Parts: sequence; structure tokens; C-alpha cells
Amino acid sequence: MPFNILVLSCLIYVFFLFLVAFVVERRASRGGVGFLRSPMVYTLSLSIYCTAWTFYGAVGYAARSGLEFLTIYLGPTLVFVGWWWILRKLVRIGRQQRVTSIADLISSRFGKSNLLGVVVTLIAVVASTPYIALQLQSISLSFGVFASDTPTGWALPNRDATALWVAVGLAAFTILFGTRTLDAKEQHHGIVTAIAVEAVVKLVALLAVGIFVVWGLAGGPAAMLDKIADFADPAQNPAWVLQPGRWSGLIFLSAAAVICLPRMFQVMVVECVDEGHLARASWAFPLYLFLMSLFILPIAVMGLEVMPADTNPDMLVLTLPLSQGQGGLAMLAFLGGFSSATSMVIVETIALATMLSNHVLMPLWLWARPGAALSGDLRGGVLTARRVSIVAVLALGLAYFRLSGGSAALAAIGLIAFAGMAQVLPALIGGIFWRGATKTGAVAGLVTGFVVWGYTLFLPSFGLDGVISAQVFQSGLFGLEWLRPRALFGTTDMDPLLHSIFWSLALNAGVFCAGSILSFPSPVERVQGAAFVNAFDAEAMADRLGWTHGQAEPEALLNMAQRILGQNTAISYFETQATAQGKAGFLPDLTPGFLAGLERRLAGSVGAATAHAMIAQHVGRTTVTVEDLMAVANEAAQIKEYSTQLEHQQDQLSRTARQFREVNEKLTQLSVQKDAFLSQISHELRTPMTSISAFSEILTEADLPTAKVADYGRIIHDEAARLTRLLDDLLDLSVLENGSVQLTLGLANLGQMIDRALAASSQIRPDRTFDIQRNYPSEAIFLRTDADRLVQVFINLISNARKYCDAAQPVLRIAVQQKAGRIVIDFIDNGTVISKQSQGLIFEKFARLTDHSRGGGAGGGAGLGLAICREVMANLGGTVTYLPGQKGAAFRVMLPLRLENPAV
Amino acid sequence: MRRPTAPLFLARAVYRKRRLRDAARLVPVLGVFLLLIPGLWAGDTPRSPTAWAQDWVYLLGVWAGLIGVAAILAPGLAASDIDTDTGADEDEKAR
Repeated sequence: MPFNILVLSCLIYVFFLFLVAFVVERRASRGGVGFLRSPMVYTLSLSIYCTAWTFYGAVGYAARSGLEFLTIYLGPTLVFVGWWWILRKLVRIGRQQRVTSIADLISSRFGKSNLLGVVVTLIAVVASTPYIALQLQSISLSFGVFASDTPTGWALPNRDATALWVAVGLAAFTILFGTRTLDAKEQHHGIVTAIAVEAVVKLVALLAVGIFVVWGLAGGPAAMLDKIADFADPAQNPAWVLQPGRWSGLIFLSAAAVICLPRMFQVMVVECVDEGHLARASWAFPLYLFLMSLFILPIAVMGLEVMPADTNPDMLVLTLPLSQGQGGLAMLAFLGGFSSATSMVIVETIALATMLSNHVLMPLWLWARPGAALSGDLRGGVLTARRVSIVAVLALGLAYFRLSGGSAALAAIGLIAFAGMAQVLPALIGGIFWRGATKTGAVAGLVTGFVVWGYTLFLPSFGLDGVISAQVFQSGLFGLEWLRPRALFGTTDMDPLLHSIFWSLALNAGVFCAGSILSFPSPVERVQGAAFVNAFDAEAMADRLGWTHGQAEPEALLNMAQRILGQNTAISYFETQATAQGKAGFLPDLTPGFLAGLERRLAGSVGAATAHAMIAQHVGRTTVTVEDLMAVANEAAQIKEYSTQLEHQQDQLSRTARQFREVNEKLTQLSVQKDAFLSQISHELRTPMTSISAFSEILTEADLPTAKVADYGRIIHDEAARLTRLLDDLLDLSVLENGSVQLTLGLANLGQMIDRALAASSQIRPDRTFDIQRNYPSEAIFLRTDADRLVQVFINLISNARKYCDAAQPVLRIAVQQKAGRIVIDFIDNGTVISKQSQGLIFEKFARLTDHSRGGGAGGGAGLGLAICREVMANLGGTVTYLPGQKGAAFRVMLPLRLENPAV
Repeated sequence: MRRPTAPLFLARAVYRKRRLRDAARLVPVLGVFLLLIPGLWAGDTPRSPTAWAQDWVYLLGVWAGLIGVAAILAPGLAASDIDTDTGADEDEKAR
């Protein structure tokens, strides 16, 4: 096959890719990318996992070590079929936080720390540079394969020249389509589509070679299996024996790498337009890997069988078809390899350039020119930084390629890069699943892992006396035996790769955990940690951190946002936010939610740490710290406690007030009663006094008839007697109330006492005949009490009945019963019942019922009778109460059978 | 931090969704188990060449099986993820 045709077809292919990317970008700018960003394209774009290392190197790997090459694809398969564990969360977080790269994710998780961003960027650059060099090498090698075949002397003069031209072309493509837009969330539609096309090309190419090998050369699958079995004879081919340690270790390593490799992270998380695509990719991507590796072993076996012994096994995919005269197939295979290499370099370069510009160049620039955040065109600055980074990354790769001479086996470099990037794994997994992971732990773990990886794997890969002297290999660093690069801590017999992976990741994870446990996270870290670990909680989580109202003017923020997001985007974002807040115009209030959203949007362009710093420059460092929150919470708790106390006191106060009110009411009542008493008593005293003074004045006049004098004298006497009686009653009452009464206790028969009382009261309204009903046997009781006082009570009650009973046939029933050492005597007449509201009053002094039925005053009593009764009974240790529920007025007298001590 | 209002028992559809997620979580565990078996076989005694070729077929078979199971589970998982996102949270909180 003529070399110039190869170069021509290669150029046509590249032009085709440019065209695809260009058309897609054009469509994207008009918003018509729907079908181009389907799950299928997403899955195909993930295929950048299969680099030239897969395309060429896997066959070489299989030829050297048998089945072990499968581990590189089995690890990612496990990660993807287990997407529900890690990938789903990563993609969700990536979308929520507008993550631009894996360095950005780590930096954002651990408090938007730029230090971490720099560390991860450094690891990524160091680990990826050889990998990029590897791709350049594979392209120039594949050109070399064809060139050596050329009889016309159109030989490739210089491998380095090929690599240079390829690198320049890739840089142009990447800059053209990778830095068109700034916000990573606007995504690189053109590039992703071009990669998808390349994915199809490389799959088709490898399948075509495989089918040709199995059916064209070997003669069918069964024959192929026989050939494989022949080759696998351990006696002939000891390297093909499966080593269990390497087998499981490499599965783990490739699983870690598929998560951590910058380019994988770029297409998997950053370029993901729809989380739903991940579900499709969970089986479609493993299927792609399956198809890619299906024919690798047959190609390797047939290659070893057919080709001469000195053939480079890494180039079997090309040399095997060529040797069989299949120029077209070889051409296809060449394009497949070319696709694998270019797509990997493009995406890796974009990912690394994003990290470099966001975490190294931009912070440096902002640090060097603090005013830049406030003025100047940042958009241009960021894009320039990114373009410079792209060129720098490719230049590094090219330099490494030239320096290393491109001699090392492809697979070895790939695995070294995997192990390097796997150092990010502990911080990444810890960051998204463990709230306690801190920045200190992450930095310490990453640095430890990176150093151990560099010392045990990366630097030794340059060979004895390459970077590390043979003497150190022999006897360890500083002559310490346990620090030998291939036998750390005396683990002499481990496989070097396994040894490095084991120690670097073990120490990395250990230091990470220990550092996290021993350190205390900053407030921003804690908030970010919560937002990451609880990514599936409401999005509101992220808004809790916030910017409080600082000194920033919305206008200044709009100015800054315009310079990063572009004028129209920024203005429409501000307008939307203002509308959402219910404000007209373009300037929303600086709510914490708005600022957090703006920060995330800016982070999509310049990375979380830079965005945070830029907003901080405007808002001032007025983030709410957790200490602030604690202080606020404390205050709130104090206020709550205080208010509880107040409430308690208020309760007490109102209780006291109620008591006061009650007392006041009582006092008022008492005062009223006292007034009433005074007015009553003066009235009672005045009435007889008036008649006495009137009649005595008449008597002083002479010439009165004797009859008149006698008459008037009698009236005066009666009134004086009434006055005396009243005064006696009052005196009696006051004596009784003071409790200073002298009781003369003795035995007395109850029946006799009632007889006495009836006799004494018979003078009251003698005109009426009362039917007195008594039960004599029950009255035959001797009481120990003051008989005279008790009789006085009886007289009063019976007199009342006589006076006020309004029945036509008045009946008074006197019932006596004994209850638990007490005597109960009821006086029940058949008159009108005393109304309920009056029942409480009748025992008060001067209380005379005003209702007509029991018309008071008719008997001329002063209304002291019942009051005296109550006091007497109290002195006798008993009570007198109104007994409701009888068919008439009824009073119940209750007193003890034996009154032992005179009640005082 | 379990929500006090989280229901103790679930409706049939939600229950099925959660078991589907459990299945999705178990697939990689099963995969690790099946893929590490050839490593256990390797042992000290060298295996016959035929068995070695069979190992290769076995691995391809396990691989295809994993892809098949993932393909069967994926549509249901994607749907449940969109439909009841909050349900997923409770599910995970309960763990």
C-alpha cells in the first residue's frame, strides 16, 4: 500500500472529523442537538477508555501475558454494571455542582480548596503525560509500519516529525472545538460527536480484523480455540499462567481508573447531558468493551503463529493483515488505531487543560493581578489560559515521547498511568460517601499516595539508573533497606506493579482516613461535604451555604458575571433570577440562594475554587461560618429558654393576678356587706329610736290624758325592749363569731330539748295551728352538749317555720337520725321552697328574703336569727344547713353525739 | 437520620422498585465473585492448555451474562430514578 495514499486517507479522515464537529457545533448553536446527544452517543463517547493502548497494546499484552489483558476491561465492566453504587452519585453531583473536572470535584468537595485542585491537577498531569506520549508513539509506530513497507523510498524520514505534526493537528482541533465555549456545562457537542464517530470506526476496524483472523485465517471458532489451547501450554508459555494476585489487583486498578482518569471523568460526568443516559451506558458500555476485546486473543495467537518471532506484538493488528496482503483491512485498522489515539488525546487534553487553567493559571493570574476580578475581560483571559494549557499539555506529551525514545512496551505505561490516577480514588470515594472526610486528610492522602506511586512505580519505570540510581534499588533510600523502591517495608517478592498499587493505595487511604479523623473541617468543607454526601436530598441543601448580604452591589456582580458568562447569558440569568424573586428589572436581591446559584454557574466556567474567590472579592468574606450558625443557634436557644421563663413567670403572674382579683372581689363583697350591715343596723336601730324619741317628746308635753300616757309609755317600752333584743342579738353574734363564748356542757335529752323549743316558740303567730310530726322513740337520745344553746337554735328554726310557712295547712316534721357518731335533726315544713340563689344568703346577717313568698320583715326579725344559729352550731362542733330537695323549706342540724372539748 | 414519618411498610410497586435497586447493587458483587474464580483455580498446579482456553470462554460468558443482567435491570432503574426521586432518598436513608 502506497504511503502517500495512507497519508491522503488519513487527512481525508481528519477533515471528515473536523466537518462532523463543525456541523454539530453549528447545529448546537441553533439548539438542534437532540438526537446527537442520545444515550448511544454518550455510550460511544465513553469509549475513549479504549485508547491506542487498547487498540494496539491489548494484542501485545495478550501475546505477552495471556488472559491478563482482560482485567483492563473487566474492572470498568464491574463499575458500570454497578452504576447504582458510584457512577449515579458522581454524575448527580457533577451536574448539581457544575463540576468541570475531577480536580474541580475534589477541590469543591473539600471546601473549594484550591490547594487540592492543584494537587489533583499535578497528579493528573504527571500521570497523563506518558499516556499522551504513548498515543503519539502509537501513531508514529503505525506510520512506521506502513513506511517500512514502502518500496518507493517514500520512507518516513523521522518518527519525531510524524509525532510533531500529529500533535500540532490535535492541538488545532482541540483548541478549535474545545475552547469555543467557556461554560463546561455548555459542553463540547462537536468533540463528543466526533469521538462517537471515532468510537464506531475503531470498533468496526477491530471487529473486521478479528473476523478476518478467526474465519479467514484460523478457519472458524473451534479451530481458533484449538490454536489458543496449543499456545497456552504452560510449559511453552509460562507467562500466560494466570497470576491470582495480579488478576484481582488489576481488575481493581482498572475499576478505579475508569472512575478517576481525567478523560473518563470528562465524558462520563462533565459531558453528561442527561442522567438517564447512564442507565443505558451501564450495559451498553460494557458491551462495547466486550466487543472490543472479543477478538484480541485470537489476533494475538494468530499473530504469534503466523508472524516471525521478532515482530513487535503491539503492532500485530496492523502487521497481520499487511502480511496477508489485506491492504484495505490494514488501512481500516490503521484508521481505527488513529481514531483511538486522537480521541483519547483530544479529550485528555481538554480535561487537563481545564484543570490547569482553572486551578493553576487562573488563580495565579488573579493572585498576580488582584484587580483582574473587578475589571478587564475575564472571558478572554480564561479562554487564553485554556488554550495555553492545551498547547502546554501536548507539548509535555511530545517532550516525554522524544525523551523516552518511545521504546517501552505500551501496556506498561498504561498501567503506570492507571496506578497514578487511582491515587485520587480514596479522596473521591471518601468525599462522596463520608461526611467526615476533610481537606487535611485528602491532601495528606493524595500527597502520600502520589509520592509512594512516584517512588515505587513511576520513577523506577525509567529503568535502573534512569532517575533512581541502581544503588537505591539495591539498598534503599538513604541506605535504608526497608525503603527499597521495589520492596517497601521488606515486601521483596511482590510483583512490582502490585507492590506499588498495594502500598500507594493502602498508605494513601490510611493517611486520608487518619487525617480526616484527626482534623477538623472548615465550615465550607462541612457544608460542601453535606451537599455531596446527601446529593440525592433536595437541591436546597446546596443553598444552605451561603453568602449573606455583603457589601456587594448586584450591579458589580452582573458586571463580573458578564465577563465570564458572556453578556447575554449573564443578563438573562440575572433577569430570570429577579423575576423569580418577584422583582422587575435585571438586578435581583443578593439572597444567599441567588449567590450560591451564581457561584455554581460561574464554577461551571472557571472552577469552584476560582468562582468562590471571585464572588468573595465582591461580596467580601461574609460567608456564614458554622461558628456563626452555632452562635445564632445558641442565641436562639437562649431566647427560647428566656421566653419559656417569661411564659412561666407570666403564668405565675396571671395566677397571682387571678388570686388578687378573687381576693379583691371578696373584699369588695365584704365592704358591700359591711356597708349593708351598717346601713341595716343603723336602720334597725333607728326605727325603734325614732318612735321612742317621738313618743317621749309627746310625753314631755303636759295635759295628756292618762290613757294616752299609758299607751305611749307602753309603746316606748316595747320599742326599747325591741332595741335591747336587737342589741342582745348583735352582742350574742359578735361573741359567737369571736369564738369567745362560754359553753356549759352537760347531758341533755334531745326529745326534751325539742319540747322546750316547741313550747318557747308557740307564742309566734299563735293564731295558726301547726301540725307537728315527730318520731318520739328516735328522739330518746342523750347528748353531751350545751343544751341551752342548742335549744336556742331549735327555737329559731321552729319560729322561722311558724313565721314563714305559707301553706294553708302548715305541717312541721322533725326527723332525727344518727349517722356515724353524729346526730342529724331535720326541720321540714311544707311551705315554699327557698330559691337556689337565696339558699346561700339566708345564713348571712340581716339577710331577709325579699321574695314575697317568704316575705321578710313580717315577723319583725332583724335577720340575725339564722346567722346566730350558724355561729352557735359552729361553736357546738356541728353545722346547720339548708336541706334542698324536700317539699318545702328544710333545715338540717348536724352535731356530734358527744362534744368532748368545747370548740374554741 | 430516619424521618419519623417514613412508612414502615410499602406499597407493592414501591417495594418492587426498591428490590430492583437492591438487585442493581448486587450485580457487581456477583460479578466480582464470578470473575475472581479463575484466579482461585490457578493455584500451584499448572492447568492444562484446554482448560486455559475454557477459562477464556468462561470469562467471556460471565461478561456477557453481566451485560445481559444490567441490560434487563437498566430500564426499570432509569424509570424509577425519574419517577420517585424522593423515594430513593428515603430508601437510602433507611439503610
